[in-house]
Amino acid sequence: MNLTLQIWRQNGPQDAGRTVTYPVSNVSPDMSFLEMIDELNIDLIKKGEEPIAFDHDCREGICGMCSMFINGEAHGPDRGVTTCQLHMRTFKDGDTITVEPWRAKAFPVIKDLMVDRSAFDRVIQAGGYISVNTSGNTLDANAILVPKADADAAFDAATCIGCGACVATCKNASAMLFVSAKVSQLALLPQGKVEAAERVQNMVRQMDLEGFGNCTNTGACEVECPKGISLENIARMNREFLSASLTH
Amino acid sequence: MKLDARIPEGPIADKWTEYKGHVPLVSPANKRRIDVIVVGTGLAGSSAAASLAELGYNVKAFCFQDSPRRAHSIAAQGGINAAKNYQNDGDSVFRLFYDTVKGGDYRSREANVHRLAEVSTSIIDQCVAQGVPFARDYGGQLDNRSFGGVQVSRTFYAKGQTGQQLLLGAYSALSRQIANGRVKMYHRHEMVDVVTVDGKARGIIAKNIVTGKLERHSAHAVLLCTGGYGNVFFLSTNAMGSNVTAAWRAHKKGAFFGNPCFTQIHPTCIPVSGEHQSKLTLMSESLRNDGRIWVPLHKEDAQAIREGRLKATDLPEEKRDYYLERRYPAFGNLVPRDVASRAAKERCDEGHGVNATGEAVYLDFASAIERYGKEQANLKGLHNPTQEQIIDLGTQAVEAKYGNLFQMYEKITDDNPYRTPMMIYPAVHYTMGGLWVDYNLMTTVPGLFALGEANFSDHGANRLGASALMQGLADGYFVAPYTVGDYLSNDIRTGTIPTDSPEFDAAEKAAEERQQAFLDAKGTTPVDVFHRKLGKIMWDECGMARSAEGLKKAIADIRALREEFYKDVRVPGQREGLNIELDKAARVADFMELGELMCLDALTREESCGGHFRTEYQSEDGEALRDDAKFTHVAVWEHQDGDPGKSVRHQEELNYENVKLITRSYK
Repeated sequence: MNLTLQIWRQNGPQDAGRTVTYPVSNVSPDMSFLEMIDELNIDLIKKGEEPIAFDHDCREGICGMCSMFINGEAHGPDRGVTTCQLHMRTFKDGDTITVEPWRAKAFPVIKDLMVDRSAFDRVIQAGGYISVNTSGNTLDANAILVPKADADAAFDAATCIGCGACVATCKNASAMLFVSAKVSQLALLPQGKVEAAERVQNMVRQMDLEGFGNCTNTGACEVECPKGISLENIARMNREFLSASLTH
Repeated sequence: MKLDARIPEGPIADKWTEYKGHVPLVSPANKRRIDVIVVGTGLAGSSAAASLAELGYNVKAFCFQDSPRRAHSIAAQGGINAAKNYQNDGDSVFRLFYDTVKGGDYRSREANVHRLAEVSTSIIDQCVAQGVPFARDYGGQLDNRSFGGVQVSRTFYAKGQTGQQLLLGAYSALSRQIANGRVKMYHRHEMVDVVTVDGKARGIIAKNIVTGKLERHSAHAVLLCTGGYGNVFFLSTNAMGSNVTAAWRAHKKGAFFGNPCFTQIHPTCIPVSGEHQSKLTLMSESLRNDGRIWVPLHKEDAQAIREGRLKATDLPEEKRDYYLERRYPAFGNLVPRDVASRAAKERCDEGHGVNATGEAVYLDFASAIERYGKEQANLKGLHNPTQEQIIDLGTQAVEAKYGNLFQMYEKITDDNPYRTPMMIYPAVHYTMGGLWVDYNLMTTVPGLFALGEANFSDHGANRLGASALMQGLADGYFVAPYTVGDYLSNDIRTGTIPTDSPEFDAAEKAAEERQQAFLDAKGTTPVDVFHRKLGKIMWDECGMARSAEGLKKAIADIRALREEFYKDVRVPGQREGLNIELDKAARVADFMELGELMCLDALTREESCGGHFRTEYQSEDGEALRDDAKFTHVAVWEHQDGDPGKSVRHQEELNYENVKLITRSYK
């Protein structure tokens, strides 16, 4: 396949940035999107130009590091995948493809397609945990039974990879899907219920401090989420938040 | 130099308890005055950093990714072993210990493995208390499944994302300590050297990847939790950033390297599709619980399949060779990884491979789908279900168990594994070798510890499935908090380690010069091209089958490639600011030295054991032939003169007092 790439280049946080056009040829449909960029980078280096900076690591859709906004969609046109799992067979010969970084006030650009998502880490630090120290003497793992439905729902919420596609997709740059996934996981499990009220309040406070926008229920985040995290989590977080606000 | 593994006296079942009972402690007031550096935030690093901070030490944690949650432990799929015996199927601490020693082909240290089995049960308790959502049955209890090389169900899991859930649990514990200020987290920072003062590890030089600046960090102890070095093969199931630099730099500063050639080639990975490939993707071993592995019995059929004239589903049962079930009836599809990988290679080398390159075998779920379908029909009270209903219900059941893996497979291959068998082939996955450590997980450099995959200790010549997660968390949550404290109890009067000493000056200057050398080469060839070439040499000569002749050739080739690299590598940009190519160049340079040591180690181990298969040493039916008289030891390499070729081989003899050395058989 022969393609035309329009890629966002930006030297650093202070640089205004611009779109640069790169023609690429001999792209195999079996390549992943990132492998296609790898090849482009090798060509750029050979030509003495600077390669395109982008985040990536596991290349199997689980670490959450890759983050490209492709043709106006987080992780590109395919559903249920991260950028590294997007394959070139999704595109047609002759296509023009635009590639941008995640755009949100809380995710400043570091360089080119690489952004700073440490705001997510700080939201988790505000309460996305159960306060238990390491000890060889906790309760036996089977001492507290957890109904399968609750365990499964907690697991589904816990599969969030923290990539930030929800924020990049949302017109308000809201982080509600990310935050609610962690709030839900821990609120659904008996071990997490003890601190549930404080947790939701602290995490929401930090989310607001970081400059994420509000949720207006467009549902775009759920559509673009590579892990299919459900909007129900946002409803559950709102419920948790409201009841915590009334009782704490 | 005599290697002292410092194994406590006494019966094996009492060693760890006795050790804990007598270990010197550091008082809470003194802990506040002691600094500990943890490099890497995977299962071992996150759990160690969180646990040491809970105890009261000042911890600095480092990761090269943008967040500690990205470490590659996150990609582990199938599960974590623990001797809970919830299934009442005969499991025990001793059996887990025994299975691990046997699975490792009798090349691991008994005392360490027993401790691992002992603390395994606490790991599950700890993780459940942290909110890790393990799979449960309808009664609300934890569910288990089986993995290769064992005959009990002791593997705890969270669908095909167990590593993710365990890492996020450790990351949440770490986040809690970052929030209260006991851990200072440095993300997008890469360790480029360890600093030793008076022979002790006293800090590191770290590179801030975003600014390009080299930073000095001091501490009373340094813990390397930096994972394995499978990326020396370029193509592996490791993340793109996984590298050996931290361990290799430590090695060059005096930490000995144990069994570098012990590499795990995982049998069930998605086959290579073309030259552009950047990494390989694992399909969890848990799939071998339900999937059956086969190739066409006749070569003509294999050829017809390769040429697209015949479909796998059209081949009748009698024309299929379920070669694992045929060769190993006792364990069938659940033989250990090294055995399954070699068997796949053997069939493909004989011309039975099923994809265009001839390097793939089938992993087939048709019979599992039918079995589960019938079971579900019964549960739903359908007494005369149609074949269609059975397939439908069975597909749903398989999806509930392995849904994310099947989806991953489909996205990569564009093929539906519920309808046609998966195609798989072995790929580099894990490295059992690593920095040599004693019972306390301390390397030969005092104060320098290695945890998790970065050390060599627990898995011998072959790691059993679902044991890497167990080891990472055992080391970090339950072992290091005691053994690191043991070492630090002698450091309570030391005070803060200054970073303006000549040792820090020298280490920073050397790191700076190393970085500059790559930029100054001003050659023509990008780093990745060299990495691919190195990977090909390693895979061809130091992969699933090794020979003296091939290894000698590989060593010469690697030395030549290294020379070419320093002359001809092209790294654009400068030292200041973000420069990904420069970081890659530094990692590949270290891989090129490690690769030579791996080949040297493989050459000098004149036997076959576990994942190390020397073609000269095999039984008549192609099984690995150990030489216990000569090689019941750990090969421990000392670096000399900056040249891996001059490394000196030491030995740690392995004494088996609780497990009898016999020929491993899964037949």
